[in-house]
Amino acid sequence: MAQYLLSVHGNDEQYAAVPPETMQEMFAAVGAFNERLQSDGVWVFGGGLESATTATVVDGAGDRPVVTDGPYLETKEHIGGFWIIDVPDLDKALEYAAAGSKACQGRVEVRPFQAEPEA
Amino acid sequence: MPTAGAASSTTAEVERVFREEYGRLIASLVRRFGDIDIAEEAAGEALVAALEKWPGSGVPPNPGGWLTTTAGNRAIDRLRRENQRDAKHRAAAMLHDDTPHEPTGPVEDDRLRLIFTCCHPALAPEARIALTLRLLGGLTVAEIAQAFLVPETTMAQRMTRAKKKIAGARIPYRVPSAEDLPDRLDAVLAVLFLVFNEGYLSTGPGDAVRAELTGEAIRLARVLHRLLPDEPEVTGLLALLVLTEARREARVRDGVLVSLAEQDRGGWDRRLVAEGHALVRECLARNRPGRYQLLAAINAVHTDAPTAADTDWSQVVALYDRLLTIDPSPIVRLNRAVAVAELDGAEVALAEVDRLVAATPALASYHAFHVTRAELLRRLARSAEAREAYDAALAATDNTAERAYLTRRRGELVVDERPG
Repeated sequence: MAQYLLSVHGNDEQYAAVPPETMQEMFAAVGAFNERLQSDGVWVFGGGLESATTATVVDGAGDRPVVTDGPYLETKEHIGGFWIIDVPDLDKALEYAAAGSKACQGRVEVRPFQAEPEA
Repeated sequence: MPTAGAASSTTAEVERVFREEYGRLIASLVRRFGDIDIAEEAAGEALVAALEKWPGSGVPPNPGGWLTTTAGNRAIDRLRRENQRDAKHRAAAMLHDDTPHEPTGPVEDDRLRLIFTCCHPALAPEARIALTLRLLGGLTVAEIAQAFLVPETTMAQRMTRAKKKIAGARIPYRVPSAEDLPDRLDAVLAVLFLVFNEGYLSTGPGDAVRAELTGEAIRLARVLHRLLPDEPEVTGLLALLVLTEARREARVRDGVLVSLAEQDRGGWDRRLVAEGHALVRECLARNRPGRYQLLAAINAVHTDAPTAADTDWSQVVALYDRLLTIDPSPIVRLNRAVAVAELDGAEVALAEVDRLVAATPALASYHAFHVTRAELLRRLARSAEAREAYDAALAATDNTAERAYLTRRRGELVVDERPG
């Protein structure tokens, strides 16, 4: 089994423009998808994130940590939420990513976690 | 089996056998060891062993089996040396997996498995084709780079990146499920077509025609056709490949390429022609045309004509017009221009070809573009320009038979010019 990060990429402005009833449908669809991940036994963790404007970046590489307001990258699209799933291979991960993307109506990036180092 | 006299010819023989067996070897090693890099390294070591051993002992009766066994042993040795608990555990398990080498049967599926892994949609399209040519076709990185008109280092990086992604993202090694199969097919078909083309007009300076590659593409296309009898494009591709393969023997005479018009049609493989025509009829009955089906239909028109003069060129142009609605590429337009020359004359065709290169300057590095121009200029008796075009075509191809043909055609121009 391998763990994959399914991250939802979206645009805050576009999300803000979604009418409330559509948003309700989306929440229901994502809730159903979460339940499916859990009943399939592939769920590790997942959750929605607050808007990217609430992000703070910490750079601890120097002598003193430097704290700055805002997301790491100045882009229009940010991670809006994510799931971590545990499945046998990429085909399975892509299948869940497609279902997750449909549920939240956003693009989902699939990234494998590094394999556990051998004991 | 007799050994070749000179050591150099034995080396060539070993390399030929190795290349012929490469796809089968890699596919079975990947299945056994679950890792492409291990498979490639072990295959490379088996080649070194063969180069040491075969010149003295001769090529063994079942060279593929010898290479598979040797490569398997080398891979196990390597895993043991790495001395990791997991590796040891795997190696121990593998010792019991003495899958015998079989030329047919499950081995075919191994290669099919590998082709679907190489053509996975999570890989960049150009990487899919490159990986398949390398791992199944046994082409070198240099040959693939040439086929794609990119520098060798670029191609090597592309391949390394793709293999890392297969391992890191866990792209599975299997034939996709029935529901995913149609979607995954397009890339596989494109790959088989390119593998065939590489064999049919080899880019390298070695053998002009590499029957092991055309044969390999057809073999894999047949497997796909058996697996997916109702996918019209699979049928179309197989039809296209067998109709092209049918002309292979007549296409090179004494090391010189023979153009379609000059080919001895009695030398065509009638069995393959009949098979191809039956497949094209199957496609027509289904009436869901696609790129490969249309190319096959064009080839069916050619192979249907008892002589070149009997070719139904209006039908050929009509089929190219349909093809352009699906695939409006400069290569299709170039091929259409060749048919237009037969129908409307060389002048009209040349104007079209010159418009094409103005719109797509990259065509100028494509040898077939210069060949087409040279032939059209020759017909228009513009010998000096034709000679330049033959020179440009010669500069753009390493294929020995094509070079011989182009040199001959260019030479004939000089004679034509003397009276003037």
